[in-house]
Amino acid sequence: MIETKGLRKSYPSGKHGRTVVDAVRGIDLHVRAGEIFGFLGPNGAGKTTTLRMLATLIRPDGGEALIAGADLLADPAGVRRRIGYVAQGGGTADAVTGREELVMQARMYGSRKADAQRQAEDALKAFDLTEFADRHCSTYSGGQRRRVDIALGVIHSPKVLFLDEPTVGLDPASRGQVWAEIKRLRAEGMTVVVTTHYLDEADALCDRVAIVDHGQVVVEGTPEALKREISGDVVLLGLAAGEAQPAADALRGQPCLHRLEPGEDGLRLYLDDGAAAIPLLLSVLNGAGIVPGTVQLQRPSLDDVFLARTGRSIEQS
Amino acid sequence: MKLARDTWLVFQRQVLLMWRTPIWIVIGITQPVFYLLLFAPLLKKVLAPMGATSYAEAYQIYVPGLLAVLCIFGGLYTGFSLLGELKAGIIERSRVTPVSRLALLLGRALRETVGLLVQAVIITLVALPFGLRVDPGSLLLAYLLLALLALMTSAISYGIALALPNDAAMAPVVNTIAQPIGLLSGVLLPLALAPMWLQRVAEWNPFYWAVEGMRALFSGHPGDSVVWQGLLIVTVLTVAAVFYSARLFSARIR
Repeated sequence: MIETKGLRKSYPSGKHGRTVVDAVRGIDLHVRAGEIFGFLGPNGAGKTTTLRMLATLIRPDGGEALIAGADLLADPAGVRRRIGYVAQGGGTADAVTGREELVMQARMYGSRKADAQRQAEDALKAFDLTEFADRHCSTYSGGQRRRVDIALGVIHSPKVLFLDEPTVGLDPASRGQVWAEIKRLRAEGMTVVVTTHYLDEADALCDRVAIVDHGQVVVEGTPEALKREISGDVVLLGLAAGEAQPAADALRGQPCLHRLEPGEDGLRLYLDDGAAAIPLLLSVLNGAGIVPGTVQLQRPSLDDVFLARTGRSIEQS
Repeated sequence: MKLARDTWLVFQRQVLLMWRTPIWIVIGITQPVFYLLLFAPLLKKVLAPMGATSYAEAYQIYVPGLLAVLCIFGGLYTGFSLLGELKAGIIERSRVTPVSRLALLLGRALRETVGLLVQAVIITLVALPFGLRVDPGSLLLAYLLLALLALMTSAISYGIALALPNDAAMAPVVNTIAQPIGLLSGVLLPLALAPMWLQRVAEWNPFYWAVEGMRALFSGHPGDSVVWQGLLIVTVLTVAAVFYSARLFSARIR
């Protein structure tokens, strides 16, 4: 549904715009029809810039992209007809009602007045907004406003919907509602591309993800496959300050260990079968005179994937 | 056809938004009336060297200038409302749709133009009891000139709002542009009172020609060359400003 090759964008920056910041440095994406595709990475990785390029808001400096059959550079108008886009901050006016915004949006997509009113009514029902449809947008809660934003993004039944950080700043209940709406849109056959820096969200919601860092795709695949690549389990050792280095030295060279990373309060160990390895690891540490304060066994997360690829953690950067 | 339809769509939405913040309507009406009632009485003496011997003649000189300043400054300050729309993401939301970019500008600028023309009509009506007399044909031509002025300055102001890197720069930039334009167009007092060098400088200010054209129309000389000169200069600048700002609406990424 979306194919991009070498999509690039840089901005002038610095005092006199003399230096150049490469926001996006060659993005290749393959998004399939009818999937929820997650675009994952730390803040400043180029997620929003890429999304804004795909939504025709910024012209790429280079590369190419085909979106639902329309060429981004040659036919941006064709792309606009086929896509919906919801910015991170939404885009509703305070002094108009949700219904008025929906009608306006449908009309901006070319519908006649009567059709636009019918489309707005359908959207209000589908997104369960009828209750507050005729109140001014300024009175909406964050979750209500977000659902109106998404309803605006799909008023013209696009093939592809782009959502930029759709759940930022929402309470858990509203977040769940937004997830449910996104899944419903997929069930209706829409392709949905979401950016997020919440890893649990990407894991739970997305069929496939691309992890980006410094304006490039680090890896693309299903969350399961990416996590499997990391190998089986993660063991978290809670260690006192100053113990991490000697513990790492003692454990290095153990055949069951794939990798070892310093974590926040200790060490993260990557290995195949964590449960079986813990007794061995503890006895090695005891031999070095180290007793961990805590031991946790975890399945690897997408953050572990990012950490393994870049040496940094998304959640810390 | 699509341009007209989209412009009408944006215009309607802007009218609705204005209607829902009535405080602006109140301010928009009271402010010019204050100028007329509180400032104009000073004028008879000041304008005596221009040949104004009565209040009616003073108003004949003052009112067209007041109307021009209303449209020039009113237009130049409309960009501030766009800053709010940019911040709320409304412009970005519009730009993802196939709606005409020129319509995004024109719908807004025309809403402003209509608002300013309504104020101009109110001022004209209030000035009538003070002895202002204009023939209807000249008045219509004067309103056309005012509409072009408002359209041009609104477009310029939206262009500034889109082109500036941050909101805080908007006020100083607009003030820096508005001040010399206002002073050098003789809007409040005619430049005929000014020393020769200042008049020479003013002749390079397009708004000076617009104001002179307005005065000629209000004093019953629609055939003066300054009328068509003013109209021509303002028309050319309006078209240029509209196209420049419409380009920013389609390209600018704020």
